[in-house]
Formats: sequence, structure tokens, C-alpha cells
Amino acid sequence: MAAEDLPSEFDVVILGTGLAESVVAAAFSRVGQRVLHLDRRSYYAANWASFTFNALLTWIQQHHEGPQPEEVQDWSSLLEEGEELIYLSNSDSASISNLQVFCFTSEEDEEEETPNTTEEERGAADEDAVKETSESADLKEEESHQKPEETAARDGEQLTNKDTFDLLQASQNEGEEPNAHQPTPIAAPSQSEPTRKKISYAQLVKEGRRFNIDLVSKLMYSRGSLVDLLIKSNVSRYAEFKNVTRILTYRQGKVEQVPCSRADVFASRQLSVVEKRKLMRFLTSCAEETEEQRAYNGRPYLEFLTDQQLGENLQHFLLHSIAMVTEDTPTEEGLASTRHFLRCLGRYGNTPFLFPVYGLGEIPQCFCRMCAVFGGVYCLRHSVSGLLLERDSNRCKAVIDSRGQRINCSHFIVEEGFVGADRKRVATPPRFLSRAVLITDGSLLPSESEQQVSMVMVPPAAGGPVVRMVELCPSTMTCIPGTCEDLVHLTCQSVGSAYEDLSPVVTRMFRTPESHDQEKRPSVLWCLYFNMADGSGLEAEGHDLPANVYVCSGPDGALGHDHAVRQAEDIFQKILPEEDFCPPAPNPEDIIYDTENTSTGEDERQDREEDRQEDVREEDRQEDVREEDRQEDVRQEDRQE
Amino acid sequence: MHGRVKVKSTAQQEEEKRKDREKKLKIYVAARDACFSKRKEGIWDDEALQISQQLLSSNPDFATLWNYRREILMHLETVKDEDEVQKIYEAELSFLESCLKVKPKSYGSWHHRCWVSTRLPRPDWARELNLCDQCLNLDDRNFHCWDYRRMVVKMSGVPVDKELAFTDRLIGSNFSNYSSWHYRSTLLPLLHPESPEPPSPCCKPPQSSPPPSPQIHSHRVCEEQLLKEYELVQNAFFTDPNDQSAWFYYRWLLGRAEREEMISCVYVSRDEERVAVAFSRPVNAQSVGLLLVLDGLPQRVEWSSVHPRFKHSPVWICDLPPGTISDIPNEHNLTVHWTEKPTHRDCALYTGRSESWCRDSATDQELFRSELSVEKTSVLQSELQSCNQLQELEPLNKWCLLTIILLMRALDPLGYEKETLAHFQTLREVDSMRSAYYSDLCSKFMIENTILKMEYAEVRVFSISDKSLTTLCHLDQLLLVTHINLSSNQLQRLPLQFAMLQCLEVLEADDNSIENLEGVYHLPKLEEVLLKNNKISTLADLQPLASCPKLKCLDLRGNPVTQTDNVESKLAELLPSVTDLLL
Repeated sequence: MAAEDLPSEFDVVILGTGLAESVVAAAFSRVGQRVLHLDRRSYYAANWASFTFNALLTWIQQHHEGPQPEEVQDWSSLLEEGEELIYLSNSDSASISNLQVFCFTSEEDEEEETPNTTEEERGAADEDAVKETSESADLKEEESHQKPEETAARDGEQLTNKDTFDLLQASQNEGEEPNAHQPTPIAAPSQSEPTRKKISYAQLVKEGRRFNIDLVSKLMYSRGSLVDLLIKSNVSRYAEFKNVTRILTYRQGKVEQVPCSRADVFASRQLSVVEKRKLMRFLTSCAEETEEQRAYNGRPYLEFLTDQQLGENLQHFLLHSIAMVTEDTPTEEGLASTRHFLRCLGRYGNTPFLFPVYGLGEIPQCFCRMCAVFGGVYCLRHSVSGLLLERDSNRCKAVIDSRGQRINCSHFIVEEGFVGADRKRVATPPRFLSRAVLITDGSLLPSESEQQVSMVMVPPAAGGPVVRMVELCPSTMTCIPGTCEDLVHLTCQSVGSAYEDLSPVVTRMFRTPESHDQEKRPSVLWCLYFNMADGSGLEAEGHDLPANVYVCSGPDGALGHDHAVRQAEDIFQKILPEEDFCPPAPNPEDIIYDTENTSTGEDERQDREEDRQEDVREEDRQEDVREEDRQEDVRQEDRQE
Repeated sequence: MHGRVKVKSTAQQEEEKRKDREKKLKIYVAARDACFSKRKEGIWDDEALQISQQLLSSNPDFATLWNYRREILMHLETVKDEDEVQKIYEAELSFLESCLKVKPKSYGSWHHRCWVSTRLPRPDWARELNLCDQCLNLDDRNFHCWDYRRMVVKMSGVPVDKELAFTDRLIGSNFSNYSSWHYRSTLLPLLHPESPEPPSPCCKPPQSSPPPSPQIHSHRVCEEQLLKEYELVQNAFFTDPNDQSAWFYYRWLLGRAEREEMISCVYVSRDEERVAVAFSRPVNAQSVGLLLVLDGLPQRVEWSSVHPRFKHSPVWICDLPPGTISDIPNEHNLTVHWTEKPTHRDCALYTGRSESWCRDSATDQELFRSELSVEKTSVLQSELQSCNQLQELEPLNKWCLLTIILLMRALDPLGYEKETLAHFQTLREVDSMRSAYYSDLCSKFMIENTILKMEYAEVRVFSISDKSLTTLCHLDQLLLVTHINLSSNQLQRLPLQFAMLQCLEVLEADDNSIENLEGVYHLPKLEEVLLKNNKISTLADLQPLASCPKLKCLDLRGNPVTQTDNVESKLAELLPSVTDLLL
């Protein structure tokens, strides 16, 4: 596709493949609009993307290098009478800042004779690892930490040390060996070693393809607008989901499980039977709005909870983990949030949340796929340089793509990152999210089942922000299967930089070189801090753009996806107020494909022969879809390499 | 609009579906007929297996076809060697799996799987267990699967503790599951049997000391485990007090063994030359081999229940040959042997006495607590405390109230009588749909309390007036009562069991709603019947009284029947023995 020219007539051109843009794309395509969906990046889902470890390193690298200056080309020759050119920003890098990377694990595989290693030796090894850790984020520095080649890669893969430590190169090497690696001895938890061996950095890079690391950290409320939309539109068929298995809380230095479902309450050992009753009764009574509740409107939720005489235990659970609000949140808001939590409970499991297998980046891609199935045209690494504004009507008549092709369209939808700061309206001061991604060597709360997906709300300490933490196990296909490793995402509203906001929590809850007396906590092997612009800071209206240009914001800080889904639906309704938003996709066998003669022959009974022909066509069509899938897979592979 | 996807209209779809169905039906009917004719001809070949497989996969509850398949398979067993048979049966199992995927609650499929599993030369029980687990994961209340699983567990000898852990897991994921709780109740006595303590002596007939039969004690659990179970089940009903499965399990935990079968009372009357025997449980005396020995001589007697409708009854009577014991000065020794059980009871009729009896009064005291266990009072007391705690939080929870009542009865039925009545009142209010049930239950407890009081007073008068009784029970316990007062209750009938009151002389039942007297039947000593203000409406309703030979006094004032024409003369005709009639 890339080499050829694109068609020059579309109903809707969309730039950016984030969640909102992808949902809009699917919605338009589904009702028969011709959609062109572009992204300047080489991967789908914009700041909603999920990366393999290696791709993440590349992403980090790119953001360190900063935007490559692109010469602004002059497209004025394409202008027609009465038209004006609006240049779009070619870079979205402003949305990511304060990137910092730390590696706390040894860079190479350790000696094989670990079963004999004593605790002290291990400790020493850890110290070594710490010394080797590059405190600065400069990845290149790591090259200086080469060790003699004492550990030839044990599974016979001749990855040289040099390769291993040049991150970019390593990831390229990785790409050349697409065959699945044998699980390494380290990865096998069945070994009866008393002390688990830390996974080395080399290992992480080597197994990097097994990671799917999300840039955003969200969960899907099982009765939230995204799940409803996925079901309604049948897009859900393109993805798989796992239940979040438990809700945890951090209190008085301890990580505890929050009993929230009936089964949890029954099984909980922390609660007395009377507390169990009180909790269940409170949760049941919450479902309906009562006079008593209304009396607390405007007063803090904490006050309401205190007056329910639930006891400190339950109060903590209800405030921080179930309502997920702060102590001064008003009662009506706290109750609404509690109700939402409860409504979502039990639909798919014992917690209200789902997580997509292979990471959140799957979701925008699923919508893109739906768009493509209904005829949407996709191009990555392909951008829009400018808009052609018709002065009289203040409408965008066409766009100029990055190759200088003029493409006519009735509507243009764009991710906010591509709109210059001078043209868009955002909240002042700009809002940011602080994010951290940790690769750890075990769960915060080990349990019988290692396959736990946990949500942890860390209540604010000493004026800090509320930190939300999601711990993903390998069964979500986001980190290396067969290990005790977990992938931990931390998110909060920024107060300072991501490191300033989140590292105290990391130090408190995990074992890092800075933490003390945390022997029982899981160790952090590798971590990444960064800030991302908060999408909720984008104003809905008032951008200095033509009337038929719509702006989609990036990810917001909320746990659910309501913001993006609402945004997509609003845009769709503004453009096509009469149309249904993402109606259920029909079953392939119910679709009638136009014959050459498009006159309505639907009423006539089709004879068998025609039936058979249609079957063939249908197969062709399905073949097309499969082909599309394949192409997409190829694309995915592209970005992995 | 251009490019829009066109979807077939519903009418079009309907038509297609209809055609499709027609086509399917044709194929189905043809295959069925082919199958039937093959079976008729006695053909047991692979083709028949194939056709029936097609049919059964679309309709797995076609029992005839499963039977045919079994015939074929049994035939194949005789002609093929073991390896081939194994293969055939394995194929059958995987076919069944596909049937169960479509209809997980098909009787036919599960039954056939059971059959195949037991015939398989080399069964793979681990695989079957795994299948059950998968099925139960999808639907933890699929009782077909539970049944099958029990079979698999039995055949493969899964250790009991593993099975108990299995119920732990299921109850943990959802405790609203009768099957899991019930399974638990069958496993616990095996894993933690009650310590073989000798039962307290008062519970046994003093005459004999048979070893405790395993039947009686097998479903008890040792105390240590019981305490753990109490904790588990409390977690469940504190979490959700409206879930009945946990409460039922709790009732089971609190319950105790049924009473031993024994002869609880022998009564002999010189006047009627009649012997009455009461058993601890209803029996059929005609078939259990009851032997009456009088003064060392076995007697040939005819045992009958108190009413021909009773085949099983706790009370049996027999008439001795005329003249055997009628002489007042003679002393007689009577023994009733229950030949099937090593138990018997003696009774001596002394000189000058017109009647005599023999029974254990101690057993009566324990009698009505048999629904709750005989564990230490302290345990029951603490259970009562936690239930009271729950009741404070959930004052209107019926399960909790009912359990409290039961615990109170187990601890001190008379002492807690007032509280019990109050709780019954609440129960009737909060669960009005079952108010009649609660009234009956309350009547039962009131009767039990009155019997206990009567026992303590050592009298033969049973008086329970103005207690809102709606039903009568435990009448076998009133065998010796001569005077009963049931006035001012809400009784509607004197049931057939009333005929067990073989010694009754006076029946007071004024101010009830009695319309049926069928139980006042062949009461040999009954002289006085007071039925003022009841609802007896026809003479036919009074018919049973005619069977009481000594009836002299009858009060029918305030009954509709008194409005009948010529009632006096008709009554004189019906009940000639009555001399004192109040209308």
C-alpha cells in the first residue's frame, strides 16, 4: 500500500490510532462511511500502545533523542482558489517527558551453580548488580559495563555480550531469531532452589518479545462503557480478556487482600464474622439511594462511612479500595463510585475488572480491525502534513498527506498530539500523569495461585498523590510466562516528575537498592518512569481549527476508559446524529455482497446457483479479511523488530 | 448509503431457517427409521453405531438409541479383543464429551458415560475426574455431573481428604451450593469419625446392652472437626444470612443420630384383656416378628395398629384370648420380644390391679432434643451466642430465628419457652408465606414441653389449653394418658393418630375449629367427649365416635350439626351408649 498513491476521496480522514480515534474509525466504517486512518508512528494505538521489551527500549531511545527535525515542505502549490493551508505538528513527543530508566538486576546471566549459592553470596551479587546499575537514564552508558565472557548463553544461543548490551542491536538480533526460545533454566520455577535466581538483564532482553508493556495503565470495568461497546459492536470477538483476580490494599506497611465479592468475604481470614455481616450489609444497602445517604450530600464520604459504625478495617477497604476515592470526596461521589464498583462485580468474576490478554494496546487495534473489515483503509508511518481550509465556509475540504497527495474529505479527526500548541485549548496549568513500569521478581502478596492479576490502591502518604498500581502476571501474556516475574504499572496524577511522585512508593513496597529491611518484598529488576500528558486536560471545544475538524485527546488518568469512549461517541453523534453508534456487526453469513448489477433483487428468491456463487464470494471476502489480519500481523511484527 | 453493508432481512432469514429445519428433520427421521429397523433385525454393526451417533449428537436424550448402542457395544465386546474394545469405548467417551458440550444436563449422556466408564477395560479415572471438574467449573450445580463424579471417585478410590479439599474449593468459590455442602456431610464422618465413646447409659434400654450399631453412629463427626465446621458455616451465614444452603448444613451439623429402635413401653389392661406396645420409631409389627410371652408361654396373638390405615405405627395392640388375664387376683408376667432386634421388655400385672405398664421415663426427657446434637452444652451455648449476635444485626432473618429456636430447645426447652414463643411470633410476621408451618412447628414444641411437664409431675393428665395449637403430634407418647384437655386452640381435626390414646377416658376439646373426628376411633375407655363450639357440621362427622364402646357423655353445643333436623333421635340411633348429650 505504501508505495502506491491512496484514493483521493474519503468521507472521513483520521490521524492517530489511539483509542478514541480507533473507535470513531470503526463507527464510521461500520455505517458505510469511507474511512482513511493514518498514523505517523510505526505502531498502532499511539500513547495507548503496548510494547515488547525491546520495542519499549526503542521507544525510550526515540524519546531521548527527541523529535527528528523534519523540514517543513511547502505544499502551497496544491492550494486552490479560496483555500488556505494549516500545517499540522509533525511530532507528538511533547506528550511524554521525564523518562528515566533503572536496572537493578545483574546484566548477565549468573553462574549456573546457584543451588549452592549462599544467602551472603547472593547478597553480594545483588550489590554488584546495584553498582552496575546506571543511575542516569543514558542507556549508552551501559555499554561500559561489559563483563568478561564467562557466561556463554546457556541455551546455546550465541548472543555475545557485546550484542547483549547494545540494546538496539540486541533487539534486532532478537528479531532475526523468530523461533520460540526454549524456556531457560532460570525460568523454571520447579527447580528446588531455595533462593530464586534473579533474571538478568540479558535475559529480559532475550525474552523481550514475551513482554507486552502498556504505556497507559487502565482496567476495564466489566459494566463500563468500553465493555458495553465491545459487546454491542461485536468487536469483543477480536480479543480475549482475563479477570483481575484480586483487589489489594496497602495499609500500615502491609499488603492485604480486600474482600469485595461474596466469595471473598466468605473466605477472608482478616474479618470477623460480625465485620463480614456489616460489610455485606453495607454493600447491599449501597445499591439503592436512600434518604439517609442523601442527608450526607456535600459532606465527606469518610464521615458517612464513620457514621455507619463499620470499624476501621472496613472503612479503609471501602474508602480506598472499593470507592477508590480520597477522604474528602463528597458522599454522593463516593457512593456513586461504590455503586459502579458493585454493579461491575460478579459479571465476569470476583472483581469488577477485566484486563485484555496481550495488553491494553490490543483494544484500539481491535476497533481498527473492525474498521478495516468494513472497508477502512489503513496506513502507518504515514501522516497528514496540512489541512486545506476553505476560507468562506471555515471547513477543511481536504488534507495533504506526508507525501504531498491531496485527499478530499468531509471530516477530519485528529489526535491532539498532532495539533500545534497554538491551535488547541488545554487546561492551564497543563495536567500530567506520572507513570512507572516495573519488572519485579514476584508478587506483592504471594498466594497459592501464581496467576494473579491484582489492583492495588496505595492511599496517599505525607501529602503525596494517590497511587494506583496494577500487577500483571504472565497469564495475561504481558510478561515472561513460566516465571515468577510480574509486571507492575503505577499511575498517579503528577505533582512532580514521575520519579518524584512514584519512587517513594516503589521504595516502600518493593526491594530496590534504596529500600531497607524489605527482605520479604519482591525485588525490582528493571523500571521505567515517565510523565504523560493527561488527556482529560484537553478542552472539548474552542480549538482554533475548522468547523469539521475534531480533536481526540490522549489517555486520561482515570481507571476506566469512559473518557475516550464518550469522546468517540460525541464526535460520531456530531457528524452523523441520525446514525447508530457501532451497531452489532452482522454475522458473516448474513452479509449480502453487491453483485455487478446492484439493482435491488433482494425480494426475488435467489435460486440455488446464485446461492452457491454467493458462498464463493463470501469465502473470498473472508479470505480478504484473513489477508487483512495477516497483514496486520506482519505490521505488528514490523514494529516488534 | 454508498458502501453500506447489506444484511439479509429477517423474513429472508426466517425462511432460510425454516427450510433448514425442514431439511434437518427429513434427515433425522430417515436416520431414526433406519436405526429402528436395524435394531428390529438384530443388526449390531458399525453402521448402526454411526447412524445412532449422528442422531444422538443432535438429540442426546433419545434413550432407545442409547440402549441400542449398548446392545451393539456389548456385542462387540464378545467379538473383539481387549485392545480393540478399549479403543471402541474410548471413542465412545469422546463422542459423549461432544454430546455433553451441547447439552450438559442430558440424562441419557451422563448415564451412558457411567455405563461406558464401568465397562472400559482400562479406565482412565484421572481424565474423568478432570472432565467433571471442568463441567463443575462451568456449572457448579450440575447434579448429573455430581452423580457421575461420585461414581468416578468411588471407582478410582480418590482419598477422602482430597475430596474434602475439593468441596473446600467449591464452597470457597460459591457457598450457595447444596451439592458441595451435602458432599461434605458424607465425607466428614469418614474422615473424622466420632470417637468411639460408649453412649451414655441412660440412652440404652437397661435390659440389654447391644453394641452400638454402626448405622446409628456412622454419620457423626468428632467434636474437634465439628468446631471447625461451625466456624466455616458461620462465615457463610454471616456473609449471606439469606442463603439457605449454609443453614441447612448447619442444621445437619447440629443434628444428632436418630433414636435407637427399641420397645419404649408395654401396657396391659385387664378389663379389655389387651396389650399395647409403643416403639421408639414407627414399625410394622406384623413383619418385625413380635413375640408375646405370657407367664412363660408364647402367645399366638394378632397384632394390629390403632387404625387399619396405619401400616407403620409406633403403637401396636393385640387382644389376648378371652379369660387369660381377666381374674383380678391373679398375677401375670408379660414379656414382649422383638425377635429381629436383641431387645425385649417385661411387664408385670400384679394382683388386684386392673392395668399395668413398663417404660423408661429417662428416655422421654431426651426424646425431643433428638433433632439437635448431644454435644457439650457449652458448645451449643456458644453457637446460640453467635446466632444471637447475628440476630441483633439481622433481626428479621428467618433462618437465624429458626436456628436460635432449635438451639434453645436443645439447651433448655422449658426455660426458653417464652423466648421461643416470641421468636415464633416474629417468624410468622417476617415470613407470612410459611406462617402455617411455623404454627405447626410451634404446636409441636408446645406439645413436647407439655409432655415433659407431665412427665415431671408423674400424672396421666395432659392439659394444653389456649396455646394456639394448630396440629397434634407425638400422640404415641400419650399412650397412658387418661384425661386430655385441648380446649381453646386452633385445631381443625383430631387426626387418625389420636387413636393411640388407648387409655383415654375424658377428651376436652372445647373452643377449637374441629370439623373432623376420625382419630376418635376404637378408644376402649373413652367415656366423655366435650366438643363445645367447634365446627362439626354433619352426623357423618360423628360416625367415628360410634366405635368407642364406653362413650356416655357428649357435649356438642355450638356446633353446626346441632341445627340438623331431628338431631337428637338420629344421634340416639348413631350413638346408643351416650346417655348424657348436650346440644
